[in-house]
Amino acid sequence: MSDLNTAMVEKYRNSFLKEVEANVEEGEWVKMCMQCGVCSGSCPLGPYWEHPPQEIFMMIRAGERDEVLKSTSMWMCTSCYNCIVRCPRELPITHIMHGLAHYAERLGIAPRQNPTRKFALMFWDNLSKTGRVNEPVLGVGLYFMNGIKEGIRTALRMAPVGLGMLRTKRFNPFAFLFHRGCKGKKDIHKIIRKARELELAKAAKFGG
Amino acid sequence: MSDAVATSQSILVVGGGISGITAALEAAECGKQVVLVEKNPSIGGRVSQLYKYFPKLCYPSCGLEINLRRIRANRNLRLMTQTELVGLSGTPGDYTATLRIAPRYVNDNCTGCGACAEAVQAEFDDEYNYGMKKRKGAYLPFNMAYPPRYVLDPRILGTEDAERAKAACKYGAIDLDMQERTVDLHVGAVIWATGWRPYDAARIQPYGYDRFANVITSVEFERMMDPFGPTGGKLLRPSDGKPAKDVAFIQCAGSRDRNHLKHCSRICCMASLKQSTYLREQFGDEGRATIYYIDIRAIDRLEDFYARVKADENVRFVKSKVASITEDKQTGNVILNGVDTEGYHRYSNPHDLCVLAIGMEPSVDRSAFPVEVAVDQNGFIEAAPENGAIFAAGCSSDALDVNRSVQSATAAALRAIQVVNRVAGVEG
Repeated sequence: MSDLNTAMVEKYRNSFLKEVEANVEEGEWVKMCMQCGVCSGSCPLGPYWEHPPQEIFMMIRAGERDEVLKSTSMWMCTSCYNCIVRCPRELPITHIMHGLAHYAERLGIAPRQNPTRKFALMFWDNLSKTGRVNEPVLGVGLYFMNGIKEGIRTALRMAPVGLGMLRTKRFNPFAFLFHRGCKGKKDIHKIIRKARELELAKAAKFGG
Repeated sequence: MSDAVATSQSILVVGGGISGITAALEAAECGKQVVLVEKNPSIGGRVSQLYKYFPKLCYPSCGLEINLRRIRANRNLRLMTQTELVGLSGTPGDYTATLRIAPRYVNDNCTGCGACAEAVQAEFDDEYNYGMKKRKGAYLPFNMAYPPRYVLDPRILGTEDAERAKAACKYGAIDLDMQERTVDLHVGAVIWATGWRPYDAARIQPYGYDRFANVITSVEFERMMDPFGPTGGKLLRPSDGKPAKDVAFIQCAGSRDRNHLKHCSRICCMASLKQSTYLREQFGDEGRATIYYIDIRAIDRLEDFYARVKADENVRFVKSKVASITEDKQTGNVILNGVDTEGYHRYSNPHDLCVLAIGMEPSVDRSAFPVEVAVDQNGFIEAAPENGAIFAAGCSSDALDVNRSVQSATAAALRAIQVVNRVAGVEG
């Protein structure tokens, strides 16, 4: 467990809702949930969540910190926005789910082997390096995420799609080696550095 | 004609539903001159479309009859049907109301014999039955319509049907030359009792009211129980006419929802509890009701009724707002999908019929008032000083049940009486 996590546990002892409100994106909305269940019923991936959003909101209020933050549930969200559209209280449920996932990651207690988490990190590293996604590297990385054997199998299966994209100039294989990125690469790095600074400062404030 | 009775000590009541009738009668029985205007050809409003009242499960026709007798017996009350308020100006104690009277094409020679309706061939959607049934182009709005006089639908004018109706009438009651009239009325106070309308169910997209025949609204379900209604008093589902023995009720359909109506419509919980008793009434032990709810709002003495319904093992309660409805094409059943809050169990429950306990919204849009009135964020008229002597009664003031509408109407009548008394110099 990270130091930040220990600090947060200390600071918000017995008040997980307050912790969520202070640190999770859109977390101040959690208390508005009236437990009607429309979000859970509307989620296309609903049956695969360990705890549907409605239950997560209740667990936050019940102070079940570890169960929520270590859960794989919010990582299941695919941002289809069905829940936001239907929520009778207009809770930004999708954003809260991503906010929770991100907070858990920041604390270092997110489920390590969760594939959504792994892909999110892979995507972020790829993007932040040059300010533009290197598609071949990301795509192949995704194929081989679960081992070489499966990677080769997936690559072979997807070959016709790749060739088709090549023909229609939707795919540049040379980007494997020569990825140009965007013009203001250095500025983007600066921006990201600054954002990280701000975030750490905020976390330090709450941690201290 | 109307100008003669109206002085600044008169009270104008807009809307002839239960609230308007009550307010008009209370004021008239206090000796005040009252003009009651109603847009439709008959008074009675939405209460006349109900099969039973909650929580006593008695028939609204009974109370309506008493009110009609009070109206007939009162000299101070003047009733104008097919009349709309189109303009209002002035100050408390001194208003000028402009009324537009639509032609009925039937004068007061009418005995209500119904010969015109038999002669006319054209049929239109019956408004009284929410379009679930057809009515003739010459018609009595419903059995207890008051005044008990037939009406010609303006759409048959200039057709052979109009001539047929005229020829069929033995009493010379059909007057095809009647014209629309506009009159000005001088009144001291106005009681606004324009009531409510059901929220447009088709706008609740996931429930498929516009796509599935077997998804209906609570007001339509209520019409089915009327022996003279569209199904002859039987609970039959629209798709195939099969008896609807297993009925789901969805609460807060359009209410308490920021995408639709923000407010709680207050009547829907009790309405569904009441309607769940219709199933046992009609099918005995075979009738089954399932109520999907967020929370049941049966307050005060109404809680006893809730407890009574809950004791019936054929009525099931599922604490969940239904997420979506789908249809089983083979059986025509509706399938309700969602997750319940008590245990977070995912369900897909088939039912014969689904009734949306539809929300209540003010029947006059905020932009449609002929005069500036202060309304709250839900469109209900506020008891605000800037409204002068315009007082809201019943559901134009808030989402209310009949009981509370009548209380609100009596209160509005009293406020109006205070204004006209001041005009008369009775009060200081």
